Amino acid sequence: MLLAVLLALGLMVTDAREGHLDWLRSTLAVAAYPIQWIAAQPSRLARKLDGQFATEADLRERNALLERENLRLRGQMQQFLALQAENSRLRDLLGSSFKVSDRVLVAELLQVELDPYRQQVLVDKGTASGVYIGQPVLDANAVMGQVVVANPLTATVLLITDADHALPVQINRNGLRTIATGTGRVNQLHLPHLPKNADVRVGDLLVTSGMGGVFPAGYPVAQIIEVADDPNSAFATVKAVPTARLDRSHEVLLVWTLAPVAAPTEPAQALGRGQPADNPTDTSEPAVNRS
Amino acid sequence: MSVFSRAGLFVILTLILALILSILPMPSWASDYRPQWVTLILIYWCLARPNQFGIFAGFALGIAQDVISGALLGEHALSFSVIAYLVGELHRRIRAFPLWQQAVAVWLLLLIERLLSFWILGATGQPTPTLAYWLPTLVGLLLWPWLSQLLDRLRFSLWLV
Repeated sequence: MLLAVLLALGLMVTDAREGHLDWLRSTLAVAAYPIQWIAAQPSRLARKLDGQFATEADLRERNALLERENLRLRGQMQQFLALQAENSRLRDLLGSSFKVSDRVLVAELLQVELDPYRQQVLVDKGTASGVYIGQPVLDANAVMGQVVVANPLTATVLLITDADHALPVQINRNGLRTIATGTGRVNQLHLPHLPKNADVRVGDLLVTSGMGGVFPAGYPVAQIIEVADDPNSAFATVKAVPTARLDRSHEVLLVWTLAPVAAPTEPAQALGRGQPADNPTDTSEPAVNRS
Repeated sequence: MSVFSRAGLFVILTLILALILSILPMPSWASDYRPQWVTLILIYWCLARPNQFGIFAGFALGIAQDVISGALLGEHALSFSVIAYLVGELHRRIRAFPLWQQAVAVWLLLLIERLLSFWILGATGQPTPTLAYWLPTLVGLLLWPWLSQLLDRLRFSLWLV
């Protein structure tokens, strides 16, 4: 009895302190995959049937809608290409060259409910598809989270709303940088480090700042819904709602950020965007602080 | 009981079914009421076969539950081994109880499991869950008489014990 309890406590402590047990977890996860796969089948079947029973009128309407949206997006895309070219020209002038484009992979969520008191989801791509720990995960709208456990066939994604997750962001309107932490609730983020006189308003869009080197810069994250001045606290109370549909997305995008190519003449320019693996002395915080 | 005997297969099957039920997606209104399937089945087998189901069976099952549900490795292992120990100590008394009294005893065990998980959630810095966190134990209390009767019937009709 005592042995089992001590063993369990020991396991928890080693697991909580920066995964020395990743090898054990991923070995066991391979054995667990069939169970997770079976549990995901009913809802997959339901979605398939849903597709089977769609009426022709529905499909036509949907098709027209998608075509319109496609046209609109392609229109914007023309502008985007020009802007991208202009952006890289300007960056060339500044002496730092970032690759702007990112490689993505579409993964499907396995419809299983993990521990309901942690904000995690399971996706059906793993290290066999090149997924790695710390990889950013997006949905069609915004940032969802990052991979924390990568197994051969599946990967666990920690959502940005988990209480253990902190994400470096900036306010799109004025570039003010801060950190958005999760609250453990699926529709709320918290910005605990903003001073009371910070220029932040309800409705401001938060985008990733690219600090910390895990998430690429410039992806939308959340929208501010509340800015309160609590006399008891030293900082402003700022709450935000994630833009990503964290509890409703079926498909997610796994992003490979291309390593920033530091201009050889001016290595100092690449500061802050270096990959954590390349410069372990970089103390600009990693986005996850599991403790 | 060998793992490959009919009895062993039946036990394994119920455990796998419980693990599947514990992560099966449910409509959002129902997921607060999801009973602790694996704990219930573990208690059942600890009561029915105390010689084979001890602390280490609980521990192994807990590790399986942790890996499947993405919890901290060891979280369920801790609570399941404590429960297996308690049932192992008390199984003679609990088995002699009338059904409703047995259900209450099981409810206490379910509460202990939740309490341990609650403590671990707090120790790892997760936010305090709402009162709905304790609802599954009540569902388990209501479910126990039916579940134990069903498993008893199945067990006796499948292989004459």
